[in-house]
Amino acid sequence: MNMKRQKFIRLTLSYIAILIAVTIIIYPVLWIVGSSFNPGNSLSGSTIIPKNATLKHYQELFDLSSSKYLLWYWNTLKICTITMILSVTMIALMGYSFSRYRFIGRKNGLMTFLILQMIPNFAALIAIYVLAVQTKLIDTHLALILLYTGGLLPMNTWLAKGYFDTIPKELDESARIDGAGHFRIFWQIILPLAKPILAVIALFSFITPFADFILAKVILRSEEKFTLAVGLYNLVAKQFGGEFTKFAAGAVLIAIPISLLFLSLQRYLISGLTAGGTKG
Amino acid sequence: MIDTNVTKSTHRKRAFFLSLIPGLGQLYNRQYLKAFAFIVLAFSFIIAFKDLLNIGLWGLVTLGEQLPRDHSVFLLVEGIIAVLVLLLGLCVYALNLYDAHLNGKRRDLGIQLNSIREQYRNVIDTGFPYLMLSPGFFLLIFVVIFPILFVILLAFTNYDLYHSPPARLVDWIGFQNFIDIFKLDIWRRTFISVLSWTVIWTFIATTVQITIGIFLAVLLNQKDLKFKKLFRTILILPWAIPAFVSILVFAGMFNESFGAINNDLLAFFGIDPIPWLTSPFWAKVALILIQSWLGFPFIFAMVTGVLQSIPEELYEAATVDGATMLQKFRSITLPLILYAIAPILITQYTFNFNNFNVIFLFNGGGPPMPGQTAGSTDILISWIYSLTLESKQYAKAAAVTMILSLIVISVALWQFRRTKSFKEEDMM
Repeated sequence: MNMKRQKFIRLTLSYIAILIAVTIIIYPVLWIVGSSFNPGNSLSGSTIIPKNATLKHYQELFDLSSSKYLLWYWNTLKICTITMILSVTMIALMGYSFSRYRFIGRKNGLMTFLILQMIPNFAALIAIYVLAVQTKLIDTHLALILLYTGGLLPMNTWLAKGYFDTIPKELDESARIDGAGHFRIFWQIILPLAKPILAVIALFSFITPFADFILAKVILRSEEKFTLAVGLYNLVAKQFGGEFTKFAAGAVLIAIPISLLFLSLQRYLISGLTAGGTKG
Repeated sequence: MIDTNVTKSTHRKRAFFLSLIPGLGQLYNRQYLKAFAFIVLAFSFIIAFKDLLNIGLWGLVTLGEQLPRDHSVFLLVEGIIAVLVLLLGLCVYALNLYDAHLNGKRRDLGIQLNSIREQYRNVIDTGFPYLMLSPGFFLLIFVVIFPILFVILLAFTNYDLYHSPPARLVDWIGFQNFIDIFKLDIWRRTFISVLSWTVIWTFIATTVQITIGIFLAVLLNQKDLKFKKLFRTILILPWAIPAFVSILVFAGMFNESFGAINNDLLAFFGIDPIPWLTSPFWAKVALILIQSWLGFPFIFAMVTGVLQSIPEELYEAATVDGATMLQKFRSITLPLILYAIAPILITQYTFNFNNFNVIFLFNGGGPPMPGQTAGSTDILISWIYSLTLESKQYAKAAAVTMILSLIVISVALWQFRRTKSFKEEDMM
């Protein structure tokens, strides 16, 4: 009897604690969704479930003549995709050569990567800003793509190298005996086997530029070049909450696809993070 | 064919010394094609980079002497490029010496030298990894290493709004920036207050998010709990939503005029509105609350993974021994969790140390502090941002960056020395 009561108390307390946590998480989400349907431009005097719910703000966002939101979305997707392709290609090549070849400078190269991955790439903020201004690369997407790709290389090369190390070397050797060249071994034999880690790296290199704010804020100047992070920030900062409902709609439209993507690929992401054991 | 007094011949020395002029050593070794390649390489290097090296190195030393001809920042950039090019040239030069010496040695030992065909093979074989590395390496040099070198040099100049090219020249001033930061009253006061808040922020925010994450993961790992999958998905949600979106939403919620926290929540409980954005203390509290919300799901997910791999027998044995739930948690669960995720925990601390997004997007580092150059919630990285983009104190910002990087790197090195990558033989 006592055991049963103890169990009952324990479960009840657990449910209460979990429900409190769930409420704290859900509340801001509901609030922002509610705000996005709010008929007014600002939020004064609104309730969490608006009385005359409207889709007006979503329409405003999609109206190309008055809002640059779709342009920002397109810019972000473009930057993320190009960054992803570039960095996955470079990382696969570098990880493979660090894993398979023993060449002069290999140890020093790996050491450099290890040290570079410790320094966040926005630490050189001033240099990036000054150099971008001087080389006229300020306010271009090219600068951002190069910066993101460069920043992703050190850590993910280690990740890829670690995975390549686990693919048995006998595979390469037998292919070499069969007469396959360097590139062919890499392309036709090793790469297909490394697909899981390449998928994780692709995911990282898509999400990192998507979530970045600081570099985009430093580099981008004109409104039609903004990424979502900078654009959304300007929507809030410019008018002191005067367009808050429009911002809310924009936030919802970003959060939904990304969270769905994230939740469906979460398993891979966690496996990659534990393998790398580094960034959060 | 082997000479009887091979060991006495001195081809290696002669080839080495002749190679001080690139190509001659190879010529001496009768590898004509290679010799030709080295000679052409040396000549084109000198012709192509003579001016760059000359101006670059001169500029690096002087940072320009007269206006309007010289632009100090361009000269600094050219100087760094010149040093990098020079290093590359020296590498090739060293390769030339090494090659002449090696082939001379082979002749000394009477070994047949490689034919042209074999040499070609050799170049392809040894060159392949370099070929694969080169695109990534060039990018790294230009977007990562180059800016780092630039920051390091900048920290020793007086580059700011008043010493700004093309109107003015920039000069080397040695350690003056660092001395200013620690000696001049306004800088020292700001630096100490920013640094202490950075440390407090890092420590409290990270510890709170870790504690909540572990607590909820353990709570949800109870076998007789229902709806686990649903709860877990909801608890991961703050991680899934891009952080900049959530922070901006929170900035709205904490807003003093229309935010839901003051207007709905606190009003519901009959509490007076709290000045979340204008009082330094409450702004800091709000930031820690927000970061806990943002950060715990990551820990939660990691710990959940660890918990599922703890063997059930451990708990059964403990139950037989009559351990209470708290005892089981303290001596089985917690040590195993901490052991498994220790490296991740340390990166969580360094992440928050540099967590620009939450500080900047919530309140821009504000509210402002009288008599200081930083806002009251500014951490080092956001202070650097405002020094660079708002007050144009480039040199001071570079000096602060160097201090910050030193802290981050020493923590990271301390951590990496403990991880396995340093210990395993073939890893490196």
